[in-house]
Amino acid sequence: MKKYSLYLVAVLGSVLFLSGCGNQNGNDSSNGALASNNAEKVYVAPGEHDEFYAFMSGGYSGNVAVYGLPSGRMFKEIPVFSQFPTNGYGYSEETKPMLETSFGFVPADDSHHPDISQTNGELDGRWLFINGNNTPRIARIDLKTFETAEIIEVPNSAGNHSSSYITENSEYVVAGTRFSVPIPQRDMPIKDYKGNFKGALSFISVEPETGRMDIKFQLIMPGFNYDLSHPGRGKSHGWFFFTTYNTEEANSLLEVNASQNDKDFIAAVNWKKIEEYVENGGGTMVPANYTHNVYSDETHSATSTMKKEVLTVDPTKVPGAVFFMPTPKSPHGVDVNPTGDYIVGNGKLSADLTVFSFDKMIAAIDGKKYDGEAYGLPILKFEDVLAGQVKSGGLGPLHTEFDGKGNAYTTFFISSEVVKWKVGTWEVIDRKPTFYSVGHCMIPGGNSRKPFGKYLVSMNKITKDRYLPTGPELEHSAQLYDISGDKMELIYDFPTHGEPHYAAAIPASILAPKSQKIYKLAENEHPFATKNVSDARVVRDGNEVHVYMAMIRSHFTPDNIEGVKVGDKVYFHITNHEQDFDVPHGFMMIGQKNSGLLIMPGQTKTSVWEPKKEGVWPFYCTDFCSALHQEMQGYIRVSPAKSNIDLSWSLGE
Amino acid sequence: MKRASIIMIVGSLCLLGLFAFPLWNIMLGAPQYPDPLGMNIHITGIQGVSEFDLQNIDGLNHYIGMKTIPKADEMWEFNVFPIVIIGMVLLGVLLGILGYIGKIDYRYFLGWFLLMSILGIMGMYDFNLWLTDYGSNLDPHAIIKVINEDGTPMTYKPPLFGYKKLLNFDVSSIPATGAWLMFVGMALTVVAFIVGWKSTGSHSSHQTHKLATS
Repeated sequence: MKKYSLYLVAVLGSVLFLSGCGNQNGNDSSNGALASNNAEKVYVAPGEHDEFYAFMSGGYSGNVAVYGLPSGRMFKEIPVFSQFPTNGYGYSEETKPMLETSFGFVPADDSHHPDISQTNGELDGRWLFINGNNTPRIARIDLKTFETAEIIEVPNSAGNHSSSYITENSEYVVAGTRFSVPIPQRDMPIKDYKGNFKGALSFISVEPETGRMDIKFQLIMPGFNYDLSHPGRGKSHGWFFFTTYNTEEANSLLEVNASQNDKDFIAAVNWKKIEEYVENGGGTMVPANYTHNVYSDETHSATSTMKKEVLTVDPTKVPGAVFFMPTPKSPHGVDVNPTGDYIVGNGKLSADLTVFSFDKMIAAIDGKKYDGEAYGLPILKFEDVLAGQVKSGGLGPLHTEFDGKGNAYTTFFISSEVVKWKVGTWEVIDRKPTFYSVGHCMIPGGNSRKPFGKYLVSMNKITKDRYLPTGPELEHSAQLYDISGDKMELIYDFPTHGEPHYAAAIPASILAPKSQKIYKLAENEHPFATKNVSDARVVRDGNEVHVYMAMIRSHFTPDNIEGVKVGDKVYFHITNHEQDFDVPHGFMMIGQKNSGLLIMPGQTKTSVWEPKKEGVWPFYCTDFCSALHQEMQGYIRVSPAKSNIDLSWSLGE
Repeated sequence: MKRASIIMIVGSLCLLGLFAFPLWNIMLGAPQYPDPLGMNIHITGIQGVSEFDLQNIDGLNHYIGMKTIPKADEMWEFNVFPIVIIGMVLLGVLLGILGYIGKIDYRYFLGWFLLMSILGIMGMYDFNLWLTDYGSNLDPHAIIKVINEDGTPMTYKPPLFGYKKLLNFDVSSIPATGAWLMFVGMALTVVAFIVGWKSTGSHSSHQTHKLATS
């Protein structure tokens, strides 16, 4: 096996070398002897910075991981939908509300498709949106703090998969349901799915200044599976496109029963028209239960609010708002090129890509040339809207990205390759293998009007022998291609955490300068903050004990506490008094049935400890903060429940 | 002499730059501080180069037992220096005006310069005393006590001028914009003196020169 890999690498190397040599007529004059020096292309020297930030979804980790391109170095894991003991997210009192849902506290999810906010169709780098697929939610991550700022639950949805794609001025972040369900949810036989289940497509408005999300309306569609989506842009701005499968409306053994129709649909939604409809009082407000969780950088705390109703829209009531375009073979991804002229359907069970023309679509709609209807929604004629088909020669196309230079790159899961083709002529220009079975690919800004077509990252589902083996469970594998020349060059691969379904990348020059370094203590409005060490204290309220604690290199104030009793519930409200970049302090308490905390400069976090045993119990700083980190510790005396020792606290006495 | 007097006035006014710009700058870089911490010493007090630099310098200095950086009201210098500078500016402008209207001659300009130089040297001497005290008057309970090879306790006096390595810190201390403006202003008063001297003392030779070239 090892020999075989070496052989493969050798062959691949020579292929790359040859393609480098054969590239003399390419636009990029740097192609030449250097082109074969892939190490140089991905080498970011010690102390140097990467050119791009890449935000990769963590899949079943529920989080987002931040990588650098081209180095593939991981900088940070941002906790989003999952508890994260590393820093206490979802464990601390402040962040528990972030994971509240209408189902109660949900500590994990399956994160899928990150997308960066845009202004005029270009990345503006303010926020990153990502969907929780399992318990439908959309999160907004603040790209100054690189922390989750807001999570909104999506009612009437199940398998929040055709999400979270944003329109070109960040007007909406869109969340579509993969699984249709009874709306409203009710007890009914599963076999009565057909005609009774519905699919909700949610348009969540984004407040332009704050980024605050609110469900503007939900479009209640026929009970298909809404797999992926993309906004129109440029001339097609105002439309949104969703792929569907299971237009058969099967409710069991879908791998067979949902693959019977030769064509499923791409649903074209004129959201501007629906927006106008609801702004004129259209739609039906229906009861619902969904949480809206918001984190504040001032109070360093999240609040969770249960919302009680949502505006639904029956698409048949808004003529001219929704059309179906027949698309062969259970399409998965639907992608729109940077100019907004073409809509690419990736029929996952076929070899070919179907490309629709936005102009032809408008002409067909204007001409009312329909090919029947589905649940009262007009179906356009396939031939009328078809712009062309890419005869790829591959198998299992899933997703397409664009480089801004008129080329498209489509991933093929089954034939495990990336195929480069020309938009407009539909001719295949190049193909390169991926290792193995690629899902999404990503070009920085590839989801916008202005892609940065230098690198392409393929995110593969299967790793096998790419790295040193680590037992049965492996990380996933990403490959980096240089796409600056005519031919793609595989230049690097690196493991990725969880399952990165999709990623979004942005030039570092946009984000790095505004990355926040500390939280200002003076602006800390946490109700339990200890902003001056003279305010450090311990307060009893029944069996609740509140410790107002401060930390700075390298001690806690106070660090000796007596008067705590068995059966108490002790809240450590700890404020980091540092105002220096990259000086966090940690906190852990022996026997605590909770995570520890990692507290950034100027921040307050709270951890709960319920002492069960008498004794004198230590706590300490878990982050090596200074030369005297090992001295950063304290003791709590726990007395019997009935003892009458008064609370006392001290430092340095 | 009128030109000299104007130069004298401009030169004295340059000292006002000390109210807008720092006199001295001390930067502290270390492996852990690729962006160095820094303090700007103004005649009215000490400020951090970045918002939290003073707090962070104090935080680090507590390990070696140094006192915290004094606030403006904790040192008499920050009250007296501004008064001295204002006084010298007023005196310089007054001398310039008196020179302009012919009440005094150019030698007063040199007198101002000499007085300012003496005051400046006294100021530097005082500043150095403070640096010495700040760097060597250490808390006996300091967390880190370093002993020099000769057995004496290590002190942490930043250099008055130039560069010094203090433990893990690279410390540089150089005049800042306000000081450079002051130096330029003082130099201008010397220029005023020379111009005044030339214009009055060599009046006749100037005439001769004129004849020779005609």
